[in-house]
Amino acid sequence: MNTEGESKHNRRSIEVKALSRVEGEGRLHLRLQGERVEHVELNIYEPPRFFESFLRGRQVHEVPDITARICGICPVAYQMSSCHALEKALGITVTPEVRLLRRLLYCGEWIESHVLHIYLLHAPDFLGYESGISMAVDYREQVERGLEMKKIGNRLLEILGGRPIHPVNITVGGFYRAPSVKELKLLLPRLEWGLQAALETFQWVSAFDCPVFECEYDFVSLHHEDEYPLNDGQVRSSAGLSIPVEDYETHYHERQLEHSTALYSVKSPGDTFYLTGPLARLNNCFGHLSPICVKAFEDTGLTLPLTNNFKSIVARALEVVYAFDEAIRIVKAYQADASPSRTTYELRPGEGCHATEAPRGMLYHRYRIGEDCLIAEAKIVPPTSQNQGQIETDLRAFLPGISSHEDAEIARQAEHVIRNYDPCISCATHFLNLTIDRNADSPPRNE
Amino acid sequence: MGDMKKLAVFKFASCDGCQLTLLDCEDELLKVAEAIDIAFFLEARSRQLKGPYDVGLVEGSITTPDDVKRIQEIRKKCKCLITIGACATAGGIQALRNWANIDDFVHYVYAQPEYISTLETSTPISDHVAVDFELRGCPISRQQLLELLTDLIHGRQPRTPSHSVCIECKKRGTVCVAVAQGVACLGPITQAGCGEMKANRGAICPACNRECFGCFGPQDQVNGMSLTSFYQQKGTPILNLVQLTRNFNGYSPEFRQIGDSLENQEGSP
Repeated sequence: MNTEGESKHNRRSIEVKALSRVEGEGRLHLRLQGERVEHVELNIYEPPRFFESFLRGRQVHEVPDITARICGICPVAYQMSSCHALEKALGITVTPEVRLLRRLLYCGEWIESHVLHIYLLHAPDFLGYESGISMAVDYREQVERGLEMKKIGNRLLEILGGRPIHPVNITVGGFYRAPSVKELKLLLPRLEWGLQAALETFQWVSAFDCPVFECEYDFVSLHHEDEYPLNDGQVRSSAGLSIPVEDYETHYHERQLEHSTALYSVKSPGDTFYLTGPLARLNNCFGHLSPICVKAFEDTGLTLPLTNNFKSIVARALEVVYAFDEAIRIVKAYQADASPSRTTYELRPGEGCHATEAPRGMLYHRYRIGEDCLIAEAKIVPPTSQNQGQIETDLRAFLPGISSHEDAEIARQAEHVIRNYDPCISCATHFLNLTIDRNADSPPRNE
Repeated sequence: MGDMKKLAVFKFASCDGCQLTLLDCEDELLKVAEAIDIAFFLEARSRQLKGPYDVGLVEGSITTPDDVKRIQEIRKKCKCLITIGACATAGGIQALRNWANIDDFVHYVYAQPEYISTLETSTPISDHVAVDFELRGCPISRQQLLELLTDLIHGRQPRTPSHSVCIECKKRGTVCVAVAQGVACLGPITQAGCGEMKANRGAICPACNRECFGCFGPQDQVNGMSLTSFYQQKGTPILNLVQLTRNFNGYSPEFRQIGDSLENQEGSP
């Protein structure tokens, strides 16, 4: 672990220079005075890539191909939010078949991304390993099970999207080519196996020892009347808000701080932080999980709301069960290659926004198509920027309880708190016009 | 196991997708980890062994003053340096800034641009240090990555095919989207590599009934202007052709030259 500690008059600075087992580049800077946490800074130094800037002037059909490149772990999420937002701008609706196939596609991404995080990035924290690779020495069977599940998720993405990372078959209006019924049916036995493996995974991670760390979170997720949210829903906050996606920017905005190339999302009024992701979805939408998930959850003796984000691994595992179960349901219902595979459209000026549930939480996109029928404006709010403020808040609350430990141990546990969010730092570094906040608490740079 | 090769994986401006490809080798990952010492790979492990390394895989492009220094240090530590993916090899999608005013870009995204440290350009690794081998693709091919690692374990010189995507369509039996549908497709001038080529399942985009948009970058010695003038005659607007060549590999010298020439043509009377 890459830490530097100093002890002067009981004041300690701890720096994790490069966070590991997260996607993207960030560092953590902590300053403690006895038990008091003086300063917490999650410093995202991942270089900015300016997607919102260079999307301007591009053609509508290119957008899902380009936004996929924001994140190699969850490209489908970017493609889905892009397509839905642009379809609203163009005034078109996709067919019910396409809607279902998109849901299936998203299941593939949830499986691939969640299983990667559970087995290779997060479980090692609970079991005391530095990686899934070294964990496999003692937990070979489990890690192999995880890799096989991940492979099935990737196979689903490949059948529907052409390849697992940066799928090529996704377009505004639907799919370039209808996914093959035959290929999907052939996958059914493996999906059935995956469902059982997911249940075993859920039981396995439910038994992990978690620190006692209950927090009062404002859980924000999509909420849909009829289904567990993937592609659609209203924005719901456990603090009592329920709004159409179109009102998202009225209630939430971004702030920029000096130490980060990611922007912080806050809720208005009061600029409060909130949590998005599996734990939020589970708490806000538990009633829409399938019976097999509800039973598995009840068997653990856990009760809702779950307010300890160390349990996010449990929520993530339950969502993997759901994703396999839902995938099986959709594949069984898919009887003939979707025709047409996409809704065609006439280009026209317009504006549209949409949010979908990326593995890590709500992902909001808004586009304006100009008079020249090219993209005139783009806004993207990834889940990790929404969680960034809450991650720091968690660290401030968690650190006093472990301040008697050695620096390296504090650093290790702080990284665990961060990994509870499955942060995707690559995603979090491209943002939009925010309110200028010159009075923001800008901590000194740490180098 | 004392002679096990030490592998390091480094990241610059990128989406993480190419290094994720290593973790996507589900059947082989644990075997690879037994055959090679994965000494430094932040996305996958907390243990960080110091260099020197036998092999460094580099993902991402150079976009900040700090990157410029860091890649020099990495080069010194790696006996063999290999770039993985379009960002590291050609500057990536973020190289679109190279045709724009970076101040406008920063101002559009950030309210307080003075906090942002960035270069005016996004450039490939080979603009800064010597590169021993490159794996193309946005993202790279899992199959090519595994072959590369196998070659390195056995001390062989890695090789990747250099023919065009067009050939892969013929091998697969895909009806040509350019000829049959009049779709402007980059297949004739793009290097093959996507899909499972060994199973004759390459050229994934035309197989999905759409144009190749150049994920694996230009094939050697292409005549891009000839191809684009053909598409122009068939009625594809210049803007579409410029943007088709100007994406993930748009800053590669060959694609850059095509896009820039088309743009000049548009600008001329």
